[in-house]
Amino acid sequence: MSDRYAALAEGFVPDYPRFTPEMKKTHKILIPQMAPTHFYMIAEIFRQEGYTVEILENGGPEVAQEGLKYVHNDTCYPALLVIGQFIDALKSGQYDLDTTALIITQTGGGCRASNYIHLLRKALLKAGFPQVPVASLNFSGLEKDSGFKFTLPMIRKALAAVFYGDELMCLANQLRPYENTPGQTDALVRHWQDTLNARFAQGKAISKRDMKRAFGEIAADFAAIPVTMVPRVKVGVVGEIYVKYSPLGNSHLEDFLAAEGCEVNLPGLMGFIQYCIVNGSESIKLYGGSGMTKKLFEIAMDFTTTREKLMIEAIKQYPNLRAPGLFEHTVTLHEGFIGLGAKMGEGWLLTSEMVELVKSGFPNIVCAQPFGCLPNHVVGKGMIAKIRAVYPEANITPIDYDPSATRVNQENRIKLMLAVGKERLEGEATPQLQLQKEKTATRVAAG
Amino acid sequence: MRLGLDIGSTTIKCVVLDDDGHIVHKSYERHYSHIVEHATALLAQLEEKYGGTSFAAAISGSAGMGFAEACAVPFVQEVFATRVAARALAPEADVIIELGGEDAKILFLTGGVEVRMNGSCAGGTGAFIDQMATLLKITPTELNEKARQQDKIYTIASRCGVFAKTDVQPLLNQGARVEDVSASILYSVVNQTIAGLAQGRQMAGNVLYLGGPLTFMSELRAAFDKVLKLTGTLPDNSLYFVCLGAALYADEAFTLPQLRERLAGAQAAGAGFQHTAPLFKSQADYDAFTRRHQQASVPLGTLAGFAGRAHLGLDAGSTTVKTVLLSDDGQLLHTTYQPNSGNPVPLVRRALLDIYDAAPGITLASVTTTGYGELLCKEAFNADTSLVETMAHFGAARHFAPDVDFIIDIGGQDMKCFKIEDGAVSDIFLNEACSSGCGSFLQTFAEALGQDVKDFARLGLFGDAPVELGSRCTVFMNSSVKQAQKDGASIENISAGLALSVVKNALYKVIRAASPSALGRKVVVQGGTFYNDAVLRAFEVEMGMEVVRPSIAGLMGAFGAALYGRAHADAETPSTVLPKAELEALTHGVQTTNCGLCTNRCSLTINTFSGGRRYISGNRCERPITHKADDTSLNLYAWKLAQLESYKPAPGPRGRIGLPMVLNFYETLPFWHTFLTHLGFEVHVSPPSTRKLYFAGQGTIPSDTVCYPAKLAHGHIRALSERDDIPTIFYPCMSYNIDEGMGDNCFNCPVVAYYPEVIKASCAELEGKTFIYDYVGIHRKKDFPKKMQKILEKYYHNISLREVRAATDAAYAEYDAYLERIRQRGEEIIAQARAEGRQIVVLAGRPYHVDGEINHGIDRLITSLGAAVISEDCVSHHMQKAPTSVLNQWTYHARLYAAARYIANQPDMNLVQLVSFGCGLDAVTTDEVRETLHREGKLYTQIKIDEIANLGAVTIRLRSLFAALDNQQAAPAMPATGKEAEAV
Repeated sequence: MSDRYAALAEGFVPDYPRFTPEMKKTHKILIPQMAPTHFYMIAEIFRQEGYTVEILENGGPEVAQEGLKYVHNDTCYPALLVIGQFIDALKSGQYDLDTTALIITQTGGGCRASNYIHLLRKALLKAGFPQVPVASLNFSGLEKDSGFKFTLPMIRKALAAVFYGDELMCLANQLRPYENTPGQTDALVRHWQDTLNARFAQGKAISKRDMKRAFGEIAADFAAIPVTMVPRVKVGVVGEIYVKYSPLGNSHLEDFLAAEGCEVNLPGLMGFIQYCIVNGSESIKLYGGSGMTKKLFEIAMDFTTTREKLMIEAIKQYPNLRAPGLFEHTVTLHEGFIGLGAKMGEGWLLTSEMVELVKSGFPNIVCAQPFGCLPNHVVGKGMIAKIRAVYPEANITPIDYDPSATRVNQENRIKLMLAVGKERLEGEATPQLQLQKEKTATRVAAG
Repeated sequence: MRLGLDIGSTTIKCVVLDDDGHIVHKSYERHYSHIVEHATALLAQLEEKYGGTSFAAAISGSAGMGFAEACAVPFVQEVFATRVAARALAPEADVIIELGGEDAKILFLTGGVEVRMNGSCAGGTGAFIDQMATLLKITPTELNEKARQQDKIYTIASRCGVFAKTDVQPLLNQGARVEDVSASILYSVVNQTIAGLAQGRQMAGNVLYLGGPLTFMSELRAAFDKVLKLTGTLPDNSLYFVCLGAALYADEAFTLPQLRERLAGAQAAGAGFQHTAPLFKSQADYDAFTRRHQQASVPLGTLAGFAGRAHLGLDAGSTTVKTVLLSDDGQLLHTTYQPNSGNPVPLVRRALLDIYDAAPGITLASVTTTGYGELLCKEAFNADTSLVETMAHFGAARHFAPDVDFIIDIGGQDMKCFKIEDGAVSDIFLNEACSSGCGSFLQTFAEALGQDVKDFARLGLFGDAPVELGSRCTVFMNSSVKQAQKDGASIENISAGLALSVVKNALYKVIRAASPSALGRKVVVQGGTFYNDAVLRAFEVEMGMEVVRPSIAGLMGAFGAALYGRAHADAETPSTVLPKAELEALTHGVQTTNCGLCTNRCSLTINTFSGGRRYISGNRCERPITHKADDTSLNLYAWKLAQLESYKPAPGPRGRIGLPMVLNFYETLPFWHTFLTHLGFEVHVSPPSTRKLYFAGQGTIPSDTVCYPAKLAHGHIRALSERDDIPTIFYPCMSYNIDEGMGDNCFNCPVVAYYPEVIKASCAELEGKTFIYDYVGIHRKKDFPKKMQKILEKYYHNISLREVRAATDAAYAEYDAYLERIRQRGEEIIAQARAEGRQIVVLAGRPYHVDGEINHGIDRLITSLGAAVISEDCVSHHMQKAPTSVLNQWTYHARLYAAARYIANQPDMNLVQLVSFGCGLDAVTTDEVRETLHREGKLYTQIKIDEIANLGAVTIRLRSLFAALDNQQAAPAMPATGKEAEAV
């Protein structure tokens, strides 16, 4: 607080409404959509804790337009979209402005993303919603004065939900393109989301034992989906976390790839959490710091790894299913490419995921990033040449997303990547025809 | 039979092969975005020839994708098609360079096949060349011819058309030869292609040139040959590789009538597009609008036979030359508005002669110049005064609305907005290089759609559903317009949509206003672009308010200059302007040369006029004019650079080690130099940054949208690795910077922190060198020695912890001493400036902005305007840590915020923030710094810098700042100018 008084002396205190504990009862919290499979369950967990929440699904060009209006236009696309989505929602008249709150994540890293919450608050002021409080969802100890508390039981449930979301996403992605009855896979995903939500309500599906059981049940159900295997171009998607997962952010990239007849592989969300944990202990290793803190990070890593192993084991029971790689392995793949010290944005994880995808049969990769994304100059675009040098089969296309990038432009570049992938799948097409030398060379006049 | 169609961004190409593989038909034409019509005509033509024959057909090309989808004909991606064709037609090729209307592609065919296209931010293509040719008022063919006669190459930013324009326009205005500019444009395309697409791969061996621009422009091929140091070939059918590839790859059969039917079906389907409300609901609406705007006009007088005193205002703008002749009693005697074909001098001469001819008895009491070419014209015609254009516009706007509180001027090339408070300019917004939604933008589109610009504007007025086009740069807009057309938008709705987009660009990008109240109550809009009623209406609609558009909206600069001349003219003495006889005999010679007075080697344009008057431009300092060394006594940037240069290598037992002078080293060199020297290394730094150094490294840049300071690193690494006597290069990764306790954390930006990783991954020339790029943490003083010793141990076996500790202590001590010296020097400069009554500019940015190649000499420009220059770290230490409304977690930003708060209470200090293009973090800092300054009633000036080397726009900006400061000081005493306006 002393900082605050110092500033008062200078006559300026940046202020904003806090999310107070009472608001839990009075306010509805709006959550921006990111990873639909996961968020469906995470929202339910909030509800079970007594919060009233709603995941925003509003899209369309108005969202980006609102963002452009209230946020510095050189700010990265995810911020423009998320803030635009909030403001579009608040303007819609569907919400009582005096009992609506917003929530946004804060990673606490050296990238712009940690500032989204502040840009959002500035935007709310400009847009005429000064009374709307914003809660920060972070694990870095930022915003200590917020009444929104991510309690330990909630954290446990949410972590479980992330695991389940990853399993459902992983299995659905590998079966959907081949299912005999269209829609069957997605119906099963929804069935399991609802089943798990019901279990969460009873305090189940959270313990290690419950998780082991559920992982197994899910794998069994998915393994039973009747499929017909046909050759498909296998495409991995990596990138800035929001653009990677959010259909609003990546112009429905997954749908586009599906329509092009691809099998898509999106590395899981738990990887990002584990990446953050590794960064914690790695920083201490690189620069020094408390051994106690380091120990805590190691405990967290153990906690996630044990559960991750259960999930992988469950999937491995079925030879027709492909299990994701263990994070302990992913974490080694940066070697020879980038240091573990690169921890801003998606950092070394993005590079490692590209390597992992190439090595696991997904050499065709879309590296999705917001236009001008700073960490991706390094960990995305900066590493592609090196990955290609080591793995010549790597067929990676970086795609920039921003409010005015046209789909045509993006899809054309993806199609180039797919054409190469398809050719590798089918073997090079030999022209059925040998071109002949022209008899008369006809010159064409300049346009 | 086989049929391949290549529908590109500007052209449609078609090839028919017979069953033996002979090309039996081929065609190439521009489609002016009327793709369906052209394709239908093409098919009808083929049908006449081939009737109902069945063809294996496929479509390719950047505009062909949606098209192919709509008519369910197989699509072949165009780069892939090129590869298919190359296998068949030119199996010996190693590399293919293909430039199209909007795309640039490179294919590496041997040694690991790789195909690349430009990303979404890259001009350097056919559309870019067309745009540049339009700017030069010649055709692309003529541009090629002219380029052949070049004798010097100017540096033109090659990123995109908008950037290049900012370079080209001033060159033209300063009298550079069209021949040289033409060639420079072609070289910029070459550099763009290499910087954007080579990404570390050598372009060598058998190189093929494909696509329209390379086929039609011999000089473009020559430029590629020269830069790549090889002789590439232009194969037969270089325009048709894509369609040949499509034809060869086609495997589905169609008859021509079938294809035509599908096409018709696709056209009828029209996917629909996003749109907004129409600009006018009815003709009556429009009429009322027109009547309202007719109110703001100036009384007209007659020039013929006029025999009194008159004042001439002359605005040599970027795309037009305007003159306004005003009688002593404020009547408008004569105006001219002419496109500027590069050189304003003959146009102005003609205008002056016309005045003398029409009114032989006239007394020119004052001649005032303004605009880009103000100084050139002042010298050429010996005018009385030159006035910075922003002030001219302000004066003119005040004439129409004495209580104006916001002015928006959208001209052909630039956009100027001023906020007025208490009768003085309180804030200036100029469009930056990347947001050029101006008049020439509309013109370019009108022309691309085959319309006259005026007709095009009229069409927009009654579009029933204006297309929602967003507001980014022209290159993106091209694709948006194309998409809208594909989706069935009419030309009326595209015109209206573009008008809205210009307005949104101004409001949300340049001004960053969220609501009308942010602008003010009385807004004057001016500039030629506002003659376009669609733009004017779009503005009113978007802001929900009525604004004033003077009848002479396009002449406001000249009008303001005339008003200024009238206010300042001596009642007795006439103007110094050339009399008729001298005017008739006026000669104008232009000579270009490189200044040899320092290592910058500025490219100078020397204009000489009869009577011995001379005007030199292109210089960044006063040396070529005064022949005196730059006075750097009040320039902390120069002093800092000299300080850094004073860290010289000292022989040591551990041998030589090289440091690239990039990014963080501009801050930490004193630390690392001392540290390594103490450990017994002979520390060498890379040579100073130059354009040449940059070009030498540009082939290894993996991301073309990263900031220029980072791109320069590739050149420095290249320079260091070419030195055989330096076996080791030291460039550590640093997530964290020194913790100065001013913020909530002490991060570096992700690019600064990890660029060594990019260097390691991209620069093959490091092979054979030891490259030390480990992660180090200088923010943890206590842990540093132990950690650092561990790192060094990997490379040198005999480095002890004791040694490292001693070196560390020395390094931190030297770093602190260095900071202290900066502060002291800063104090001295401040004291001297105050004693001399000078303005003090805190030129704020990042430490690496002291690099002359990055700041382009802006520091010297400021001192040449009479102010002192200090840096943010001279004053930031005066402040305590304080809350900000953003997360303050970067060391360098904390200094910025602190400096902004400090100068708030220093009346003679102002802050100018340097922002590198592509700096994502500055999207956060600029708003925060601006808000901090505004809370205290200070002006905020931001200068965006990139590879752009021309300081024309920056000069205007800075002069406007100083003029605004003068104006602010003089504001209370300012006489009211309202009388005449009331009479109107």
